[in-house]
Amino acid sequence: MTENSSRNLAIQLRKKRYAAERRFRLYGIISISIALGALCLLIGNMAAKGWSAFMQTYIILEVELPRDGLAPGGKIDIETLREANYVAYLRKSLRDNIPGVTSRRDRRSLYKLISSGATLDLQNRVLADTKLIGSKISIAAVASDDVDQFIKGNITAGSGGKISSKQAAWIKTLSDAGRIEKRFNTNLFSNGDSREPELAGIWGATIGSLLTMFVTVLLSFPLGVAAAIYLEEFARKNRWTDIIEVNINNLAAVPSIVFGLLGLAVFLSFFGLPRSAPLVGGIVLALMTLPTIIIASRAALSAVPPSIREAAIGMGASPMQVVLHHVLPLAFPGILTGTIIGAARALGETAPLLMIGMVAFIVDIPGSITDPATVLPVQIYLWADSPERAFVERTAAATLILLTFLILMNLIAVILRKKFERRW
Amino acid sequence: MNMENNRPETVKSVAGGMAIDTAVTGEKNLKMDGTEETTIKMSARNLDVFYGEKQALFGIDLDVPEQSVTALIGPSGCGKSTFLRCLNRMNDTIDGCRVDGDIRIDQSDIYDRALDVVELRARIGMVFQKPNPFPKSIYDNVAYGPKIHGLAQDKDELDEIVRSSLERAGLLKEVVDRLDSPGTGLSGGQQQRLCIARAIAVSPEVILMDEPCSALDPIATAHIEELIDELRENFTIVIVTHNMQQAARVSQQTAFFHLGILVECNATNEIFTSPSDERTQGYITGRYG
Ligand SMILES: Nc1ncnc2c1ncn2[C@@H]1O[C@H](COP(=O)(O)OP(=O)(O)OP(=O)(O)O)[C@@H](O)[C@H]1O
Ligand SMILES: [Mg+2]
Repeated sequence: MTENSSRNLAIQLRKKRYAAERRFRLYGIISISIALGALCLLIGNMAAKGWSAFMQTYIILEVELPRDGLAPGGKIDIETLREANYVAYLRKSLRDNIPGVTSRRDRRSLYKLISSGATLDLQNRVLADTKLIGSKISIAAVASDDVDQFIKGNITAGSGGKISSKQAAWIKTLSDAGRIEKRFNTNLFSNGDSREPELAGIWGATIGSLLTMFVTVLLSFPLGVAAAIYLEEFARKNRWTDIIEVNINNLAAVPSIVFGLLGLAVFLSFFGLPRSAPLVGGIVLALMTLPTIIIASRAALSAVPPSIREAAIGMGASPMQVVLHHVLPLAFPGILTGTIIGAARALGETAPLLMIGMVAFIVDIPGSITDPATVLPVQIYLWADSPERAFVERTAAATLILLTFLILMNLIAVILRKKFERRW
Repeated sequence: MNMENNRPETVKSVAGGMAIDTAVTGEKNLKMDGTEETTIKMSARNLDVFYGEKQALFGIDLDVPEQSVTALIGPSGCGKSTFLRCLNRMNDTIDGCRVDGDIRIDQSDIYDRALDVVELRARIGMVFQKPNPFPKSIYDNVAYGPKIHGLAQDKDELDEIVRSSLERAGLLKEVVDRLDSPGTGLSGGQQQRLCIARAIAVSPEVILMDEPCSALDPIATAHIEELIDELRENFTIVIVTHNMQQAARVSQQTAFFHLGILVECNATNEIFTSPSDERTQGYITGRYG
């Protein structure tokens, strides 16, 4: 009798255990779904908003390049070519396409259909090939942001709007003539920032980000790994190392803007380093990344089995040889992962860079680490703050590009880890 | 004074000359079944070891004769490994471990400040309880020691050292066609023999083994016991074991530890046939008799 009841109890317990296991697995699946769902929502939302920014409206115009304007007396001279009145040629072509625009006000609003960037494009075309002078060429003129937004259906024409009903009619005429085209938006990838949304691009910010990351990794990787190796392998465990450890952990939790304040006070005010420069941004982000790298590297080092260390010591390897020949190669994938995660966090960081002036409006593509520059997340912040409708989609597009960079970095981390781990 | 020689013969003759100076060595524990001229390779005098506040070894006096096998036996936690690790100063790497007393190899103090620990560990090799080959190729495992100690002039010489070490460890036949494959991919017994090959590749004078067979099956164990018996001709061996038969089979001298005290040390056949201490008797018979 008792035997039977105890067996029943055992069966009941087993059932309960299985149920608990199933429930636990369900919780896991639910949490993963929520996390993935949030990520998809973010990326989906950005993609939906930003997708259109990858296309840009162009107006195809036949432009006459009069010989007497560009090469007076048949003489081709670079100075003259630079000074020439390209706007006038473009405008003339516009007027030819839309006849009957006579009043000055109407003309001005007609000219507003194309962007100032089109002039530059035309000039570059001519400078690149002077044989074009005297002929009639077809050029894809960048449409102004309002036209672009109108074509994309983001704004409507009407009084008080950015596009008047007259302009809408002209656009219709051009469109009917097959002169309106949507093309891949190369400006977005090749230009620096601009006040004109149709000319604004992320290339400047991307270069700024790369230069900043270069400085960050160059400083924080060797420093962090050296510090981790010393703390983990050489330092005696005593009160001092405890204090250092607590402080490093604290440093990892310090709000990033504090590092920006530090950079402002120390590197800009005291050392007089240039404002808005990737050099200073890189140093500040290196300080911010350092604790992450140290903590990750220490974890990776301490995960190396002690038996390997003992074997090496027993063979008569010096402490340095133990670390360099045996511990470091095994810990390297972990150290690398920590570094890339730290760098990825630094790549997405804005607050400390605002403090050191990397938030300035910078058109030029930075050429070195001391040139004024901005970075991708700050560029996003700047565009998100701009009133033009066209910047809304560009903000989302820039976010997509930043996310792509982050995903790429994490992918590299995974690939490198796999590659190094394969050495059994 | 450290002798730079790695050739056992030379060391033996020098040590033999010094062993006459019994002022340091003392005259205890020299009862090696009548062979009086056995020289003492290593000796511990009045050895106390502390882990922090806790004392693990109490006044150990032990001599390790040259070219013989000394077995350390005793219940778990009695300090066998601790003693073994003192002999090549592996305890230096443990935080809070303090060693008092005197340990000598060929009459020179191994805790001498002027002594180079790295060189000492090249003279005193170690094989651990769990096989711990480096996560490198079989070749690199064996070549590592000679490389860092500069024992080979060129690649050919290194190849020869690797080959002969594997040969002596009885592993060459099994791995000769896959020297480039990972050492961690071998079986447990093969891994342990690889570790032995790695240890003898630097021609040490003494080899310390901490329960080298505890993770192995009887066949692999027999293999290694055979190997130990062969190695005795060239090396001095100290082995920790929980297996009484093994101690009886491979060793010439046996030391019984209990609660951090060296209870008895004598020729192996004496210990196993007529132990003088009843704790020894209890341990030998109580568990394995
Ligand atoms: N790293 C350490 N820190 C603190 N105490 C230690 C350490 N290593 C060993 N001890 C202690 O020292 C004593 C002797 O340990 P030791 O490892 O020498 O025993 P053992 O004889 O080798 O035992 P076993 O046969 O189980 O391996 C034990 O009480 C153990 O708890
Ligand atoms: Mg032990």
